[in-house]
Formats: sequence, structure tokens, C-alpha cells
Amino acid sequence: MTSAASPAADDSRFGRDRKVSLMGPLPLDCGAELSPVELAYESYGTLNADASNAVLVCHALTGDQYVASEHPVTGKPGWWARLVGPGKPVDTDHFCVICVNVIGSCMGSSGPATINPATDAPWGMDFPVITIADMVRAQALLLDHLGIEKLAAVVGGSMGGMQALSWPVLFPDRVQASLVIASAARHSAQNIAFHEVGRQAIMADPRWRGGAYYADGDAPASGLAVARMAAHITYLSEAGLTEKFGRRLQDRDAKSFGFDADFQVESYLRHQGISFVDRFDANSYLYITRAMDYFDLADQGDGSLAQALGRAKARFCLISFDTDWLYPTAESRRIVHALNAAGAEASFVELSSPFGHDAFLLENPEMDRVVSGFLGNGGEV
Amino acid sequence: MTTNLRPDLAVIYDQIAPNSRVLDIGCGEGTLLAALRQDKAVDARGLEINPVKVATAMGKGLSVVQGDADTDLADYPAGGFDYAVLSQTLQTTDHPDRIVESLLRIGARAFVSFPNFAHWRVRLNLLTGGRMPVTRLIPERWYNTPNIHHVTIADFEDLIAERGWQVEGRWFLSGDATTGHMMGNLLAEHAVFLLRG
Repeated sequence: MTSAASPAADDSRFGRDRKVSLMGPLPLDCGAELSPVELAYESYGTLNADASNAVLVCHALTGDQYVASEHPVTGKPGWWARLVGPGKPVDTDHFCVICVNVIGSCMGSSGPATINPATDAPWGMDFPVITIADMVRAQALLLDHLGIEKLAAVVGGSMGGMQALSWPVLFPDRVQASLVIASAARHSAQNIAFHEVGRQAIMADPRWRGGAYYADGDAPASGLAVARMAAHITYLSEAGLTEKFGRRLQDRDAKSFGFDADFQVESYLRHQGISFVDRFDANSYLYITRAMDYFDLADQGDGSLAQALGRAKARFCLISFDTDWLYPTAESRRIVHALNAAGAEASFVELSSPFGHDAFLLENPEMDRVVSGFLGNGGEV
Repeated sequence: MTTNLRPDLAVIYDQIAPNSRVLDIGCGEGTLLAALRQDKAVDARGLEINPVKVATAMGKGLSVVQGDADTDLADYPAGGFDYAVLSQTLQTTDHPDRIVESLLRIGARAFVSFPNFAHWRVRLNLLTGGRMPVTRLIPERWYNTPNIHHVTIADFEDLIAERGWQVEGRWFLSGDATTGHMMGNLLAEHAVFLLRG
């Protein structure tokens, strides 16, 4: 531990709605380098004197750094506010929780919508293609800036889980515990296929214009909404959809024999699509889905997941949900088998929920118990 | 003894050396593992099939994997543990002989405990009532019992001899007390074996 004294309470590096521009440069998997690296983040709780209580929370594809505070665009509570906070399973009375907007995204970190210093115009599709490992390396850059050498834990769900899984492999000496929820060590052909539908929807929108739509503010909203609608289906379960909507009609007594949103489920998806475009950038959607598609942690171990995970020194905990067909339990089990083969310390449980992949964002007392049990132990010296 | 463990677990607990590495297969809510970790600084890991029990054990901060002993033991490296523990689970597995072999591959030593289906009360039940016995240690009826391979102490000793495993210890339990080895197959409700490959 090299860190100096505890950051003062008024240390401007910590708190809500922080933003920093670091010179880097950040070498990327594609061969390019990013500099400067802009990172938008939030922190909750207080870093202790030896900087040993930091927990990094990693967000999902369309998530952001507002994990436990009101979203500035939607006004809604943080996406994991039920899990992160004082006295909650990720206890901010205990831990200093940090959440960073991933690079490639659109809530303040470097991405296609930010300014390319070489041209003084938004990057658009000139932004380099990034990977999950690049996101993790960018987060490490921020931790250096914050004076945090070692993480007590890294926690993430879905794409955040991919980062949580990558952290102890890429930085074995910087992570003590990794909590991976509803995630996978690789993107399957089916996952890639769904993402490709979304990307094609965006690129087929005439307003996309090769990604150069920032100047006149006329974004490919229809394409992005369709992409979101298709993706949203994969986040739910058939049983959950049937229970919520069935074949019930929306605001009418009979079928219209037309193409209005006759069914409640259609109207729900349209609403999900439309509200998404207010808070997300279409190009970011392209870059981040691509990063996920490229993800296969076995790449870090010459094709062997066990070899890749063998580099890690962290304790691992994995949680899957029985109705999640986007990242099904079999993918988590594959990781657990590799961890066992590597002799790593691993915990795993498949929890029951009717809500499909989305279950990781929703109320689940058993998940809370597992999370606090795993982190509580990690908090001990 | 600092904990009030089930009698077979208490025997196992007493035998396990401090600071050793232990894998408890069918660990339930992790009672044995928690005691070993707390009192003996044991590197404790568990495998359990029931997700609710796994969640409870994980809530205690234990490292437990939800999985099936019949299929998942193959993923553990050879010699990864000082002890592999299989308590009251052998009789519920598809291939008990293969499970014990896996235990001896994964652990330098293996504890195996099981209810003795040759206990006199079981014999009497079947002899006089003509029905599958329901006893304290075998509480389920024939149609809903998880026990699919009924085994007696004599049966298990035959298997040990056949496979050439070494017996480093054996404990025969009746109620909370250990009984002598004389007539163990008749008098013991429960047996614990410590094996070496």
C-alpha cells in the first residue's frame, strides 16, 4: 500500500457528479491510444486512511455512473439504489463506492459524442473501437488518480459483471474480491446476433448518416428505439412478459386490424424505446455492444478460461438467475468450473426469479443476503 | 468442541488439523465449514445442490458453489485439498463409488459419513412390519426419500477392500455417542470413515 493519508472530506476528487480529464495515454486493444481520457464518475461513502475500503461498481450496457443517486436526465433513482447505500448490501457506511461511466458511453466519459482533440469536433465513428478490457484499464487510470492502489471489491451485473470478471485477471494485485452477477465470460453467438439486430436498426436509420449527426442535433432516434426494443425483450422472460401483459389489448376493446400498438406489450416496448433515446447516444450503443461482442475472457489465457482466471488472486462470487436466457446459468457455471480448475476461491448460486436477466436490478432478498455476506467478509482485514 | 455440531460432523471437526484446506461436499448451510474457519483457521470451501442453503452459507461469508456432486467434482484439481468431506450425502448420489474416488483424488484424505441401513432398528422394522423403515436418521418414506443407494457399514467396508482404499479411522455412532466396533453393523445408526487413496 503506497497511498498517503486519508483524503480530506473536502477532497474534490470525491463526491457526486465528478469529472476528470487524465492525460493517459490509454493504450487500447485495437492498437490506438486515447489521450486525454475523460472520465465521469461518482463516489459514495468515505475512503479510509489506508485507502483499503474502495469498492468499484461497474454498470451495464446502458447504465451510467449514477448508481445510487438521481439520474440527471430522467430524474429517476440510481439504477442500483436498492443495493448501494448506507446500511445496504453494498454498504456505503463501510465502503467507499466508486462508479465510473465506461469509455465509449455518453454520460461524460470519452466516447463518440465527446470532442476529438485532433479535429475539435465530436469523434463520431472516428472514435476507436474499444473493448471491455479497455474500459477496465480506463477505470484503473481513474483509481490511480484517486490514490486507490487496491480494491476491496469490484462488483458488476451484466456488462458490469464482465468488467468485474476482467479486473482480477488484468490487475491481479489490485483486486481482493470480485462479484459477478447475471453475466458471462464471453459473448455467445446468440448474444452477438441480438446486438447485430440493434446495430443494423441504428445504421438503417437515414438520420444516422455514418454517425455524423451531432452537429445539427438530429439523432437517429427511430433506429435507436428499435434497437432498444429488441434488446429489451432479451432482458425479460417469457413467463414475466406473459404475466405482465399476456395478449391484453391497449386502450381498446377490439383488435384494430391495423398496425397501431393494439397489444399492451407493443405499447410497453414502444415506450421503452422512446424513453431510451432521451438518455442514450446511438453511436455509443454501437461502440458498447461491439465491446461486449468482442468479449471472451479466455483470450487472456491463450484460449483457456481456466488459464486466464488462474492469474487472478481475488475471491470470486457469481450469481445467476434461473429465468435469464441472455446470460444463462450455464455461462456462470462455466466460469465456476474454470475457477475450480484454477484452484481459485469461488462461490456460486443460481437464484430463482421470474424476471429474466433484469432480475439483477430488482428486489431480491436472497441476492442481498449473498452480496452483503460476500462483501462483509471481504471487509475484514 | 466449541460448537454443537451434528454428531458425525463433530467427529470430523475434531479430526481436522488447523490451517488445512477442506472441501465439504453437500455442505448444507455451511455449519461445519463456519466452525472450522472460525476455530481452526481452515481454508473452507463447500459444494451444495440446494440454492437456498447455498445462499444462506454465502450470507455467512463462506465460499460455497451450488452444484451437483455427481457431475461437478470432475472440475476440481487433484490434490487441491487436505480433506474432502462427504457427510450424509453418499447414499443420495447416482454413483457413490465414483464419488469416493473423486474425493480421494481431490483431497489427500476423505471423510465419508452415512446412515447405516443395517442398524438393528432398521432390520427390526423391515422384519416385523414388512415395510421400508422410517427412523430418526432415515426419516422419509420410500417414495420421497433422497436415499437411492442404501448402504450398510459392511457394504461400505466391502467396497473399501475391493478398491484398496486405506482406512485411517472409523467411528460408529448411536445417538450422540460413539459405539464400539464390535457388532458395529448392527448397533451403529451412523458411521464415519476417514479414508486415504
